[in-house]
Amino acid sequence: MKMSFRSRKRKENEEFANAYAQGHSMAGDIWRRLLRDKSSVVSMGFLCLIVLLAIFANVLFDESLVTMQNTAIRNNPPSWEHWFGTDLYGRDIFIRMVFGSRVSLTIGIVTMGVSMIIGGLLGAVAAYFGGKIDGIIMRFTDMFMAIPETLLALCVVAAMGASAVSLIVAMTVAAVPGNCRLVRSTVLSIVDTEYVEAARACGMRDIGIIVKEIIPNSLGPIIVVSTQGIANLMLTASSLSYLGMGIQPPNPEWGAMISEAREFLRSDPYMCIIPGIVIVLTALSFNLLGDGLRDAMDPRLKD
Amino acid sequence: MNNIEQTPLIEVKNLKKYFTKKGSTLHAVDDINLTIAKGTTLGVVGESGCGKSTLGRTILRLLKPTDGQVLFEGQDITKVSESQMRKYRQSMQIIFQDPYSSLNPRKSVADIIATPLIVNHMCKGKVEVQKRVKELMDTVGLASRLYNAYPHELDGGRRQRICIARALAINPKFIVCDEPVSALDVSIQAQILNLLMDLQEEMGLTYMFITHDLSVVKHISTEIMVMYMGHCVEKAPAKELFENPQHPYTKALLSSIPIPDISMRNKKIQAIRGEVTSPINPVPGCRFAPRCDFCREDCVGSTIPLTEVSENHFVSCRMMEK
Amino acid sequence: MSEKLLEIKDLKVQYKSGDTPVCAVNGVNLTLEKGETLGLVGETGAGKTTTALAILRLLPERTGSIESGSITFDGKNLLEMPEEEMRTMIRGEKISMIFQDPMTSLNPVMTVGEQIAEVISYHSDSKEGEDFSVDKRVDEVLEMVGIPATRKDEYPHQFSGGMKQRVVIAMALSCQPELLIADEPTTALDVTIQAQVLSMMSDLRDKLGTAMIMITHDLGIVANVCDKVAIMYAGKIIESGTLEDIFVNENHHPYTVGLFGAIPNLKVETKRLSPIDGLMPDPSALPTGCYFHERCPHCMDICKKTYPDVYTEGSHSIACHLFSKNDPKEETNE
Repeated sequence: MKMSFRSRKRKENEEFANAYAQGHSMAGDIWRRLLRDKSSVVSMGFLCLIVLLAIFANVLFDESLVTMQNTAIRNNPPSWEHWFGTDLYGRDIFIRMVFGSRVSLTIGIVTMGVSMIIGGLLGAVAAYFGGKIDGIIMRFTDMFMAIPETLLALCVVAAMGASAVSLIVAMTVAAVPGNCRLVRSTVLSIVDTEYVEAARACGMRDIGIIVKEIIPNSLGPIIVVSTQGIANLMLTASSLSYLGMGIQPPNPEWGAMISEAREFLRSDPYMCIIPGIVIVLTALSFNLLGDGLRDAMDPRLKD
Repeated sequence: MNNIEQTPLIEVKNLKKYFTKKGSTLHAVDDINLTIAKGTTLGVVGESGCGKSTLGRTILRLLKPTDGQVLFEGQDITKVSESQMRKYRQSMQIIFQDPYSSLNPRKSVADIIATPLIVNHMCKGKVEVQKRVKELMDTVGLASRLYNAYPHELDGGRRQRICIARALAINPKFIVCDEPVSALDVSIQAQILNLLMDLQEEMGLTYMFITHDLSVVKHISTEIMVMYMGHCVEKAPAKELFENPQHPYTKALLSSIPIPDISMRNKKIQAIRGEVTSPINPVPGCRFAPRCDFCREDCVGSTIPLTEVSENHFVSCRMMEK
Repeated sequence: MSEKLLEIKDLKVQYKSGDTPVCAVNGVNLTLEKGETLGLVGETGAGKTTTALAILRLLPERTGSIESGSITFDGKNLLEMPEEEMRTMIRGEKISMIFQDPMTSLNPVMTVGEQIAEVISYHSDSKEGEDFSVDKRVDEVLEMVGIPATRKDEYPHQFSGGMKQRVVIAMALSCQPELLIADEPTTALDVTIQAQVLSMMSDLRDKLGTAMIMITHDLGIVANVCDKVAIMYAGKIIESGTLEDIFVNENHHPYTVGLFGAIPNLKVETKRLSPIDGLMPDPSALPTGCYFHERCPHCMDICKKTYPDVYTEGSHSIACHLFSKNDPKEETNE
C-alpha cells in the first residue's frame, strides 16, 4: 500500500512537472497561436516589409530623389527604372511611397495608439467607478463628439501651425471620445461579473483589477477597432493634408499622392491605382492581423 | 450543535441595504440581526429577490451598507477605511453561484488560484507560490495536470473546485457561499457539498450558506435563517426549523418542495398563491401578508419584532406574539 | 388507456462539430401510452433534450442528425413524414413543447394575447367551423392556466417568471395537443412558484387527458407528477419503470442508486452524501462496454467489454450486467 501511494505521489509530481513545463509564458502562447493562423502571418510579413522599408529608407535610397523634379520623364508608366512610374513632375513614385510611408504609418499608428490609451483609460475608469465620475467623463466625450472633426483639426492647426505633429494631435483629440465610448461599453459588461467581485473580495486594488482582470477581457473589440482605425486614420490624414492642414507638398504622404494624381486618372491611371493598392493592402493587413491577434489572445479559441 | 453559544465570529446588527433609483427605494436588506459562531454554518434561505445575496455581499462589504453594523471578531468593519478593510478581507471570502462567470476566462487555473496569494503577499517567490497552488489544488481535489488548464476546458464541478481553492488560498476564517451548488448537477452538487463539509471540519471554517434549495441547506447548516423580501421571518437551529416551522411562509416553503418519495404523492404539492414582489418603498409590517392565509389587520402598519418561541427559535409573526 | 401514443425505437442522434461526431443519443427505446406522464430523468448532457427535439424533428439542421431508429406517433413514423406535414399537422397541433426558460421563449414585442392567437389561428383552419372565434379561445386558454383574460393585451415583460411560464403553457395547450413535452419547465422558477405551476400542470393534464413527457433532473418532481420514469445516462436509458419500480423496488441500476444517494434527504439525517465519483463520459469518446463502468462501484470484467442487455421484470427494466439472467447474483437478489 505504501509503495503504491508513494508511486502515485511520484506520478502526480511528474504530471505536475510536465504540466508546468508545458505552460510557457502568456506572450509565448499568444505568439504560437498567432503563427498558426496563415492570414495573420502573411499580414505580419507585409507590414514588416513596409515598416522596414520606412525605417531604412535613407540607407536604401537617396532622399533627394523624393523632391527632385525632372520634367523630361514626367508621367512615365511603370518601368524597370521606375517601378511604380513617375508623377507629373517626373518624381519616382516608388521612392515617394517609401518615404511617404514614414509619415502615413506614423500618423496612423501613433494617433490610434495614443487615442486608444487615453480613451481606453478614461472609458475604463468611467465604467469601473460609475456614478459622478462616469457622468463627467461621458459628458466631456459628448462635447467633443459634437464638434466636427475637420473643425477641431482646423482649431488645433491654427493654434500649433501646420505640421505632422499638429495633425497627429488634432486627429488624436478627435478619436479619443469614440474610443472612450467603445471601451466603456465593453468594460461595463465585465465590471459586474463575479470574477471581478472575487478579485475585490481577495483584496485587490482598483488599479490591479482594471489592469489584470478587466483590460485583458476587453481586448477583443479594442484590437479590432484599433486595427481598422489605423487604415481609416491614414485616409483622414490625407484629406486633412489636402485641405492644407498637416503635410505640405512637396513632402510625400500616401493620401496626398492619390489626390495629386486624381487629374491623371484618365490618362495615367497607374499614378492613382498603385498607391491605392498599397493603402488597401496595408489596411487589409492591419485588419487581418487584428482579427488573428484577437483570436490568439482568447484561450477559449485554443486549438 | 451545542456550541452555538460560543463567541460569535460574525455579528450583524440592524444591517440595512437600500438601493435608490429614480426616487424609489428598494429595501433589499432590511434590519437584519444575526450571529454566526466559529466553526458553524448559517444557512440563509429564500426565493430569488429576497435579498439573501445582497446580505452576503453587504456583510463582506462588497456592497456598502446603508445602516447597521457588521462585527468581525468584535470589530466593526463597516466603518474602517478601504486599506484597513483589505486586511480583513484576508479572513473573509466568497464563493459564487455561477462557476462560469466567476472565473476570469483569460487566466489559467494556476493564475486564478495564485492571484489572492500574490495580491496579499502570502508567499515569497515564484516557487513558493507554485507549491502553495499545488497544495490547494490537492486540498480541493483537482488533479495537478490541470495546473495550466483554462476554465473553459473544465466542467462546472471542477470550476467550482477552483473557486473554492481560490477562496481558501489566503486561509480565511469565514466564507460566504452564495448558492455554490445551484448551477451543478445533483451528483456533482453532492461532491461539492461533501468537500465543503470536509474542509469545514479540517480547517474550522465558518460558513454563511446562501441558497434557495431547502434540502441542501438542511444538510449543511447548523442554524437556518429564512428571508422574505429583505426581512428575516424565521431563524432557528436546522433541525428545529424543519421539524417545527412556525412562520406561515416557512411552512409554505417547506410544503412546496417536491419530495422524491412516492408515499407522499397523495399529499399533493401545496402551493401558496401569489408571487414575490419587490420591496420598493414598503410599508412597515409583515411583507408576506398579501400571500398569507392567516393575515390579520395588525399584520400591516407597524414593525413586527422577532419573538423567541423556543430556545434559539425566532419568528417574526403576529400570531406568535403573546 | 392502454393505447400506444408514442413509440421510440433504437433512436440514435449525433451532432457533428469538428472532426469527431458527438453521440448525444445512443439507442433510446421508449413507449408512452395515451394520457400517461413519463418522467425523463438525467443529468446535464444525458441526451434528454436531444431526444425531445428529435421527436419534434427540431434538431439543428446543419449539425444534428438522426442516425437510425424510428419514432412512431399515433401509428405514423414521424421520421418519414414530409416537413410540410410535420409543421402543419404535428408541431403545435398534436405535439407541443415547453422550454426551460420562459424569459426567452416569448417574443418581447408582441402582446401575450397576440402570441397565443397566432398559434391558434395557424392551426385553426383544420379545426372548428365558422363560429370558432380565435379571440374567445385566447381568453379561454388564459383563464385555463390561471391568468385573468384581461391581461392578454400586456407584454411579456409585464409578467413575472411564473406567469410567463403559464403563458408558455397556455400556448402549448391552446390546440389541445395529444402529447406535451415539457423540458425542465420549472427549473428557472422559485420553489413556491414551481409548486403552483406543477400543480396547475397536473390538473390540466388530468382535465385534458394530455400525455406528457416531463424532462427534469429533479426526482422530487418526478415522484409528484409522473406515472412512469425513464433514467438516462450518456444517451441511453439505463433504467425505466413505473414510479413504484423506481422509488420502492429494491433492484436498481448503480447509477440510479448514486442519483438517489446524491440528494440530501429532508427527512433522514445523513452525515455525508454518497454521490457517484467522477463525471459523465465525453459523448464524443464513449467508453467501450457499459458507458457507466468507469464510475460504477460494482464494475465487473464483462462491463468493460459489452454493453448490457436490458433486463426486464414486469414493467421494470434495467440495463446492467448485475441483473443479467445467467448471473448467479440474480438468485440472491430475488
